[in-house]
Amino acid sequence: MAVSETKETVMAKYLLLKHYRRTTGPANLPGTDVPMDQWAPEEINAHIVFMQDWAAEMAERGEYVDGQALEPRGTFVRYDGEGKPPVTDGPFPETKELIAGWMIIDVESDERAYEAAASLSAAPGQGGRPIHEWIEVRPFYGEPPVVTE
Amino acid sequence: MTTVPGSDGLEDLLRELGPQVLGVLVRRGSDFAAAEDAVQEALVEAFRRWPEARPDDPRAWLVTVAGRKLVDEIRSSTARQRREERLHREPEQGPTEQADDTLLLLSRCCHPALSPASAVALTLRAVGGLTTAQIAQAFLVPEATMAQRISRAKRTVSGERFDRPGDVTAVLRVLYLVFNEGFTGSVDLAAEAIRLTRQLSAATDDPEVEGLLALMLLHHARRHARRTPEGAVVPLAAQDRSRWDTAMIAEGVDVLQSALARDRLGEYQAQAAIAALHDDAASAEETDWVQVVEWYDELVRLAPGQPVLLNRAVAVGQADGALAGLRALEQVDAGVPRRDAAAAWLHEQAGDLDEAARLYAVAAAKADNVAERDHLNRQAARIRDRRGCRGRCRGCWRARRTRRRPTRPRPARTRAMPPSRAPRRR
Repeated sequence: MAVSETKETVMAKYLLLKHYRRTTGPANLPGTDVPMDQWAPEEINAHIVFMQDWAAEMAERGEYVDGQALEPRGTFVRYDGEGKPPVTDGPFPETKELIAGWMIIDVESDERAYEAAASLSAAPGQGGRPIHEWIEVRPFYGEPPVVTE
Repeated sequence: MTTVPGSDGLEDLLRELGPQVLGVLVRRGSDFAAAEDAVQEALVEAFRRWPEARPDDPRAWLVTVAGRKLVDEIRSSTARQRREERLHREPEQGPTEQADDTLLLLSRCCHPALSPASAVALTLRAVGGLTTAQIAQAFLVPEATMAQRISRAKRTVSGERFDRPGDVTAVLRVLYLVFNEGFTGSVDLAAEAIRLTRQLSAATDDPEVEGLLALMLLHHARRHARRTPEGAVVPLAAQDRSRWDTAMIAEGVDVLQSALARDRLGEYQAQAAIAALHDDAASAEETDWVQVVEWYDELVRLAPGQPVLLNRAVAVGQADGALAGLRALEQVDAGVPRRDAAAAWLHEQAGDLDEAARLYAVAAAKADNVAERDHLNRQAARIRDRRGCRGRCRGCWRARRTRRRPTRPRPARTRAMPPSRAPRRR
């Protein structure tokens, strides 16, 4: 195989974002965005176990880097000049984009990142059916290759 | 036993010995994955015990301990017991041939059944002697993830039967990938790739191994000039060539000469020849661009691909002028990485500054790393800043416009190229 025809780097990192609510991107599928508080307790448990199993499987494949869940409350903060306390605004639970959690994976290709994201989106929800939620996939910037000429 | 206080140099010693011991076990016929586990255990034991009492023959000690651990492991799995014990009763034949072991181990670690990432990780551990933690740091993943990646790789190659060293092409590909990762974490992977390729070069008789070694040396020689202290990318044309490692360039040229003299040209030798022509020039303007283009023509023949055509178009732009470069660029598909950056540069040389600035910005938006993105944004900003300067500003393309080289008379050959190796034109 020619050197020049293959990828320059071995693996690439991607951030997978789970959203509580999105104001951008595609619309949720009808009937797939029932909030978790309307599920049965065992359905919530099944969902959490699925997420843990997903992370364990990614680790077993040698592709898992990190992941965290985030509280729904979020505040916007900015600098307001020398010696002044930071300005805060929010939270905006109903109108602003809210990220529920993130995972970082280290995989060979965009296609593999999409496959992993799709498997995460198949987490069970109400009635044990896959929730089909949209996962936002964001590639990390990598390092420049050594050989470019 | 000699008593050696402390553990000075112990890590380095174990790193060097680990792959050698693995080579001995594998050459005796042990299963690669099982032997690799046994060697890791023996190294852990050595690390614990040697600070108190270092054996007189450290390697023999490790071979014995790893061999014992291997047999222990095999006893617990009865299926393979008889075959393996017989193998381990056989005496070692003559002195260890470390050189042969390098190719033996590398061809296992770079087995075509492995993904590039798995092959790279396994190579760095089993042949490079790096710890899982070091490899994890180099690729910025948790140690547990890297451990899994290595175990999976070992499971994949386990059971593959190896009676003779495999295809060296797959090995070269993996070493090239390690080199191209550069310096991503705390481990200098480029230096590591050079070390392994050097070992392989001593053990094999393939001019492409030398070609790859030369390629690595000729690029690594520029490492101190490639970034500013702040981390910004410095393109080849703007690098401070006094910061290049001349000793390493000289070695790279020697290795390349020796490979080319054998008259079995391959893609790594051709790539190294291009790097040598750059390393040989006192400045970008003085580069023998005509000969660079000829080597790209050779490379297109040996290893056709879009990135080669892209780099060739840039070289054509230098040799025959920007318009010729833009015509050559028409052969390159729109989606090829860095095509917009090359087009921007060629338009800039052709004097079309609006288009150049636009394309630099497009290229910046598509860059897959921050250093290149920032560099390309600076290029766009530089052009927009100086539009209408009429060539009076310092470093301006108008002032720096190079004299046109006459096209196509046979160029004077640089000292990188031996007389026996005239690039063929078709």
